[in-house]
Amino acid sequence: MIDFGFSISKSSHIQMDDVDLKSFNKLEALNPDIKTCMSCGLCTATCTAGNFTDVSFRQIILMLQRGKEKEALQKVKKCMMCGKCMLVCSRGINTRNILLSITRIYNEE
Amino acid sequence: MRPVFDPFVLPFVLGMTFVLLYCFIGMIRIIWQLPKEDRRKFGRSLITPKTAWKNIKDLFGDCLFHVKIWKRKPLLGYMHSSIAFGWFMIIVVGHIEAFALSPFKGIELPFLQKMMSNLYMTIFFRYFSLEELTLKAQILSFLMDFFLLMIISGIIIAVVKKKKPRQVGLKRVTKFGIKEDLVRIALWTIFPLRFLAESSMAGFAGGSFLTKYIGFELLFGGNYNESLSLIFWWLYSIDLAIFMFVLPFTRYMHIPAEALLILLRNAGLKTTEPRKGYALAEIYSCPSCGLCIDVCPMSENKDNYKKTAVYFMRNVRKKKRREVKKMTEICLMCGKCVEVCPLGIESINIKMAQRSKIYYKLKSDFSYLEGRQTTGDGQKARAKVVYFAGCMSHLTPKITRSMVKIFEEAKENYEFMDINGSICCGRPMMLTGKANEAKALIEKNTELIMNSGAKRLVLSCPICYKVFKEEYDLGGVEILHHTQYINELIEDERISIDRSDKRYVYHDPCELGRAFGVYDEPRNIIDNIGLLTQGKSDRDMAVCCGGSIGSLTMTLEERDEITSNSIRDLMHNNPEEIVTACPLCQKTFARKSPIKVKDIAEIVVENLE
Amino acid sequence: MKEHNVLVIGGGPAGIETAYQLKNLGFRPTIIERNDYLGGHLAQWDRLFPASKPADEVLEKMIDQIHDIDVKLNTKISNIVKENNIFHVTLTNNKILDFDAIVVCTGFDLFKTEKKQEYGYGIYNNVITNADLEKYFKTGKDERIKDPKRIGFVHCVGSRDVKVNNTYCSKVCCATALKQACEIKEEFPEADVYCFYMDLRMFGKGYEDLYLKAQKDFDIKCVRGRVCEVSENIEGKLVIKAEDTLLGTPMKMTLDLLVLMSGMEKAEGVEKIQNMLNLKSNSDGFIESRDTFVGMSLTNEKGVFVAGACTSPKTLPDTIAEARAAAVEVFNYINN
Repeated sequence: MIDFGFSISKSSHIQMDDVDLKSFNKLEALNPDIKTCMSCGLCTATCTAGNFTDVSFRQIILMLQRGKEKEALQKVKKCMMCGKCMLVCSRGINTRNILLSITRIYNEE
Repeated sequence: MRPVFDPFVLPFVLGMTFVLLYCFIGMIRIIWQLPKEDRRKFGRSLITPKTAWKNIKDLFGDCLFHVKIWKRKPLLGYMHSSIAFGWFMIIVVGHIEAFALSPFKGIELPFLQKMMSNLYMTIFFRYFSLEELTLKAQILSFLMDFFLLMIISGIIIAVVKKKKPRQVGLKRVTKFGIKEDLVRIALWTIFPLRFLAESSMAGFAGGSFLTKYIGFELLFGGNYNESLSLIFWWLYSIDLAIFMFVLPFTRYMHIPAEALLILLRNAGLKTTEPRKGYALAEIYSCPSCGLCIDVCPMSENKDNYKKTAVYFMRNVRKKKRREVKKMTEICLMCGKCVEVCPLGIESINIKMAQRSKIYYKLKSDFSYLEGRQTTGDGQKARAKVVYFAGCMSHLTPKITRSMVKIFEEAKENYEFMDINGSICCGRPMMLTGKANEAKALIEKNTELIMNSGAKRLVLSCPICYKVFKEEYDLGGVEILHHTQYINELIEDERISIDRSDKRYVYHDPCELGRAFGVYDEPRNIIDNIGLLTQGKSDRDMAVCCGGSIGSLTMTLEERDEITSNSIRDLMHNNPEEIVTACPLCQKTFARKSPIKVKDIAEIVVENLE
Repeated sequence: MKEHNVLVIGGGPAGIETAYQLKNLGFRPTIIERNDYLGGHLAQWDRLFPASKPADEVLEKMIDQIHDIDVKLNTKISNIVKENNIFHVTLTNNKILDFDAIVVCTGFDLFKTEKKQEYGYGIYNNVITNADLEKYFKTGKDERIKDPKRIGFVHCVGSRDVKVNNTYCSKVCCATALKQACEIKEEFPEADVYCFYMDLRMFGKGYEDLYLKAQKDFDIKCVRGRVCEVSENIEGKLVIKAEDTLLGTPMKMTLDLLVLMSGMEKAEGVEKIQNMLNLKSNSDGFIESRDTFVGMSLTNEKGVFVAGACTSPKTLPDTIAEARAAAVEVFNYINN
């Protein structure tokens, strides 16, 4: 078979086939409300820490779902736990406890 | 002459020895577990005259008279103090009786038996004493009967309480297992059995109005039957033994533990470890009375009422880790259970200590805060007051705008510290058990405030207020919640207000009211503005709004239920508006309230002259 | 043939159309309206999406059709008693009238935007609602609108938001927002206009064309993200915070005018009528229809029918179609 050069350079796609969702499934089982996010962005926009740095609850959840754990955890670490995102969430998601669950379930390599 | 010993005393003697040893070892263990500094503090407190006096006062007031229960529920207060004080007096008068009438006088006993007789002499005095119809004996007999009657009346209330809790003003009582039932029945029957045993021989061995006339004459028809009498003495002794042997493993452990807890508390100690030292004394002191059930905001929910403080304490004692975790994390930390606890058990501190043991694999990183500094004109001008609105207040612009208006009206030299965003105060982080990580936030805020040169810090959020008061070291900077600040402005006539006849009701935020007793300032402000009506329960019994960030796991539906209940409480006297002093309470209530919900700063601005 | 009386509660588009069709079917309808005018919200509106048709034109035509129908303005109902399938209705003027059937057309209320304190309605000067803007278009008067250079529209205010207890979509706000965005751009051609949306629900005939027109001809910029907070800077301009969720970055923006797209809610006072007629509410708080597919105009009470936005948020064409359906259901009921 001839390689036309596409398998040499790494694809920039997220390879969903390779993503290990074991931890995320655990997180989701503990916090089923995670599924109800409609990505309105209120949590990110209102975030107290987000005023200074790149914390975004909405993105953290998406990243974990897409296997971008490392990047997600870097964001989780910056959270101040103030609970403002929980107060604004249009779907009533207990965002604060989900963040706590993440810090319990996920390990930083 | 009656014998100096009878085998029926043995069960009691064994039981008593066991319980004394158990409590002694337990006490040593608790004191051993205290941090070194606390142990020293405890030792010192025992020999400090002031605390020693307080110890005596509290031991009597709390252990015997149960003053705190009297205040909440007089009937329950009587129940407890009649049993506890009555029992105590029977022991005291019993000793006096035994000493004064000394039935074993002149009898030489071997050492061991002499020790033993000291234990059982007073308990079974009637059996061993000889009738001497002296005035002294009659008075003592009368007293003994009197206190016995007192105890029995208390037990009757206890039986009613168990069968029909609403009769004594309780909605729900704690539910127990078999062991607890056994010990309760043992306790309830001790004194009726004593009454029967004493009555059976009261015809010729002491006795007064109760045992002699009602017991011996009426019940036993004036006949003495030696073997029947002995059966009652045996039953009485066995019953006591059952009670003593089971006591350490049941809620009745609170009887000895409470005494130790009082001493530790008066020494100024606090919970540091969730299951050791002070916490352990609290755990054993919990009598499972269940007064905390009805007051807990969660108790309205039929699934959650079993997560209230009494169940929490019991599960901690039984080391049920999974349940403890659940209860620790769902609690709103409103502190009502602590307020109502007759023993002053601070279960929320145990929960905080529990939370500090949660293992978080991921550690926080706040290095992004490093570069931030206090700069600008404000620093040069040396504002007298720094206003810190807090995270939540950014979602309630009415509060922040009202505060700005008030500052301007009072011509205050102020700076709005977090007008362009804030660093969280650290309290929410501490509530998750990450006290150490919260320090980074606390330090940064401290630095920013100290560099501003401010003399006073005004806060709009009670959550911030609590952590600023307890964890921040701001040197001489005075920390005020805006209710206190506004009240001062009114009293100093720096702002003036027009009165109307609008009817308000005030909701006490947990972290302002129960935590710091700021009850009068907001009420004083409202008194200046309009008519203050009362909710069904207010001040230290105010019901949490349901929005508290104290709870980690509570769902929105569960919170909504609490919010609606709290609003129903506030609507008790048909107010026109609900006033509170916390952005979180305001937002939480506004979702469900049929009437307007405002912050106290808002109504002040609405009524400025 | 005996003439049958039918009561139509509410004189908005649903009530007017129902009454008109009932008359056509040979009944004698009576409209009861609590306000002193007919047309409900339609009477307050300037132009209608998708093609900006003048609301007056539509309404006048509708009212014209019912010129010979009994309309009682400024009237409410104080009591209803049902006896042998006849409704004895007591009005606020103490008159008692008898009806064979009732059609409830009580419509909706706009969400009270001041409930969303973080948006600053009633706090900041330059925050207005969709209804305020229509009024401005109609009258040309609103002190809050002073040659704005940058204008923002916030979609879903009071809709799809559990924090205000309204979890449903109000259906009309997306199209209204884009229609109003185009119209205000026409008024102030120099202005930049931004729409903050979560999903653009442009589902009806001509709606997608409106979207295209807004982008192509009016240069309306759509940002996918819900506005979380509004504040005011030192110059008195509005500062909004939202996340550009497609980029994944929080953003701040200063605006001269912010328009809140207030959604639909159960109308005030409907509960009283529901109690009189034993009508159930659905999970969104509106009146419950017997069936979503084949019983849309029926209720849990025999002889009581519904039409329009009293059962859920509806567009005007939806409402008119339902009004006609309700009239047919009344016909079926009375003739069986």
